[in-house]
Amino acid sequence: MTDTAKKDKAAAFGPVGKALNEIDDRLGIAKGGRGLMDKIFPDHWSFMLGEIALYSFVILLATGVFLTLYYVPSQDIVVYAGKYAPLRGQHVSAAYASSIDLTFSVRAGLLMRQMHHWACDIFVGAIVVHMARVFFTGAFRKPRELNYSIGIILLILAIGNGFIGYSLPDDLVSGTGLRIAFSITESVPLVGSYLAFFLFGGNFPGTAVIPRFFTIHVLLIPLIILGLVTAHLVLLVRQKHTQFPGKGRTEKNVVGAPMVPVFAAKATGFLFMVTGVTALLGGLAQINPIWQFGPYDAAKISYAVQPDWYMGFLDGALRIWPAWEWTGFGHTIPLEVFLPAAVLPGIIFGLCFAWPAIERHHTKDSEAHNLLDRPRDRPKRTAAGATMLAFLGMLFIASSTDVLANTFHISLNAVLWGMRVLVILIPVITYPITLKICQELQQVPDGGKRKRSNVVTRTAEGAYLAVPAEQRPGDGHAELDAEPVPSFISDGAAEPDEPGVHQVSR
Amino acid sequence: MTADHGTPVSLSTAGLDDPHMQPLAKNPERAERWIALSMFVGLLGIIGFGVAYWYDADPWVYGLTLGAGVTLLGFGITAWGKYLMPKGPFVEERHDLRGTDEERELFAAAVVQRGGGILGRRKLLAGMAGLSLAAFGVVAAFPLIRSLGPLPKKTLDTTNWRKGSYLVDQTGREVHVDDLAVGGIVTVFPKGYQDSPEGQAVDQTVLIRIATTDFTTRPGRESWGPAGYVAYSKLCTHLGCPVGLYEQQLEQLVCPCHQSMFDVTNGCEPNFGPAPRPLPQLPIYVDGRGYIRAQSAYSEPVGPGFWERS
Repeated sequence: MTDTAKKDKAAAFGPVGKALNEIDDRLGIAKGGRGLMDKIFPDHWSFMLGEIALYSFVILLATGVFLTLYYVPSQDIVVYAGKYAPLRGQHVSAAYASSIDLTFSVRAGLLMRQMHHWACDIFVGAIVVHMARVFFTGAFRKPRELNYSIGIILLILAIGNGFIGYSLPDDLVSGTGLRIAFSITESVPLVGSYLAFFLFGGNFPGTAVIPRFFTIHVLLIPLIILGLVTAHLVLLVRQKHTQFPGKGRTEKNVVGAPMVPVFAAKATGFLFMVTGVTALLGGLAQINPIWQFGPYDAAKISYAVQPDWYMGFLDGALRIWPAWEWTGFGHTIPLEVFLPAAVLPGIIFGLCFAWPAIERHHTKDSEAHNLLDRPRDRPKRTAAGATMLAFLGMLFIASSTDVLANTFHISLNAVLWGMRVLVILIPVITYPITLKICQELQQVPDGGKRKRSNVVTRTAEGAYLAVPAEQRPGDGHAELDAEPVPSFISDGAAEPDEPGVHQVSR
Repeated sequence: MTADHGTPVSLSTAGLDDPHMQPLAKNPERAERWIALSMFVGLLGIIGFGVAYWYDADPWVYGLTLGAGVTLLGFGITAWGKYLMPKGPFVEERHDLRGTDEERELFAAAVVQRGGGILGRRKLLAGMAGLSLAAFGVVAAFPLIRSLGPLPKKTLDTTNWRKGSYLVDQTGREVHVDDLAVGGIVTVFPKGYQDSPEGQAVDQTVLIRIATTDFTTRPGRESWGPAGYVAYSKLCTHLGCPVGLYEQQLEQLVCPCHQSMFDVTNGCEPNFGPAPRPLPQLPIYVDGRGYIRAQSAYSEPVGPGFWERS
């Protein structure tokens, strides 16, 4: 067949076909393009958690660009003369003044700023939950260890850029956070004061940290995140997605919906839904009201101030760590800062990075896996993950010792010592309890099958009876099987050939 | 729908009349109407956002119109994909990621022979290139790191307090011995530094009146608390937050960041929380006209610990 003849075949599809021919002549997209459109994506609700993170990042980029058009990254002192009356005539930094102005004087500015902040909290949250899904189902195993590591780096970058971002308005709360960041940097043995001076351009507060953090926040880290997200997705396509076991699913295939049109439609719709929910939050739920906090003043402070949720575990560790400062040989190591703020997160993330190797060493399993585990079938892994989550959760709770003491009228002393005990105790008992739950779940007869429910009814005489419900679609199916069509979608047309499906006419 | 529901087929072999190619909704027309309704309400919301913007509405109107509009649009598109497009499931084979044994051997040979071989044959060139690259890395780090800020030197050990410095509040007013009653507290700075951000960050000091007569917080500090006034650095020794809460009846200073507590009557010794050291005390005196002034600078570095602190 000649070139012309081939062209004629595709040209039957009209002007689009002709255009595709022209592009294929130059870029050779036809073969790979069709393959990509036919690419199969497995379907499970837990696979959309990573999508939430991706779409939050898109929202962060879009709203962030809007904010950069009005924000002034400078610590120069200006006299505020904008719309917000209580602040008029006060000496504030240009960063704070511009943040207030973009909130009150720019149309939809508050919406954009709050959407940006909410999207960040959702971004980090979605990454954490996505990572938990990957961990508990064993998706990190060979051949996906590299992509798992990229994910952890993305989590660390997201947390870091979140902290840097909420420091930029230069308000009283975030300024105190910067002071703490300076002190933590200072605590590094040997080079700490040098690192702190280089980061802040001199002693705290200096004049360099806001402009520098701005560049890091809007350019450096987003570029790295963008690159790593791209790598994350390219590896996902190259290695193909994992899937849960079920009918017709093996280690050697992928069962699901094609990229175009099904997955593309669902994903596009979901992008809009995530955006819409973020907009609802940004418009209806106040977050980070910097005009109430006031401008940063190094000699002032506010009460009951917690950082954004993803910094909570660090703040909690700093609160409950004992006052162990080491001095000797003419030097000081502030261990009460360095251990909880630098060594502890190092150990936590180090364990995350090392887990695939730890598990491989422990199980002697060096095979590639494309089918996911149910968490109960890997009791030790599940228990280890639950222990880590319990530890982080207790540290998070410890970041509000003062609020807990005030709310429940307990002495602060009791709360502090209680948290010091619980942060060890709860994880220690979480492990055996989770292990036991997993082992018992494995023993359940018909485990993993959908069961018929019982309906409790009351007779006219007042007696209660538990009656097995009518058969519902999916009763008796393995939970991980593809879900049969629920009858409420049908309009009552009888489908007698589907076993176990009871048609409800409506 | 067929009895073997759930058995996946390959997309390329499924004909248009295959059950897998049918939509999930059994009444597609009805599903289409609902989805169209969702998108239509979404469209109203999106137009509403435009109207809200035109009239510069309240933030909640922006959030409600844009949020509801885009969410419903997205819901419609997703439902379209789920209920009206081919329901599948479809199957695709995974291909081995690894190459064949022969491909692997050829690749390894090429890497080892071309890469290793070339470097091994010209050891001098490889060494020179490696040395130059290492030197470039080190030299490039100088401007990248060293230009960022001044060396700390003794900056962290000192403050702007000098012998004779007046204690002034944030407006620059000098504090007089008659200004505070017992239980009173004021944040003070050395005169001349109350407006500078650096001065405020480092020099901030709390002046508390805890008695009417001279007060000694520790042996050796007999002259430091004239007329019941004591002055301590306001920088927490834990992480440098301002120790901004004064518990008057217990005579404790509390740091709101991480709840360290300092006993004002006992040299601000920490008696609770993570702070490792007492707040340094500033020796003060009352001059002939009744103004409170510093006897000297702080005798130790203020604020949190660092390596060079002795």
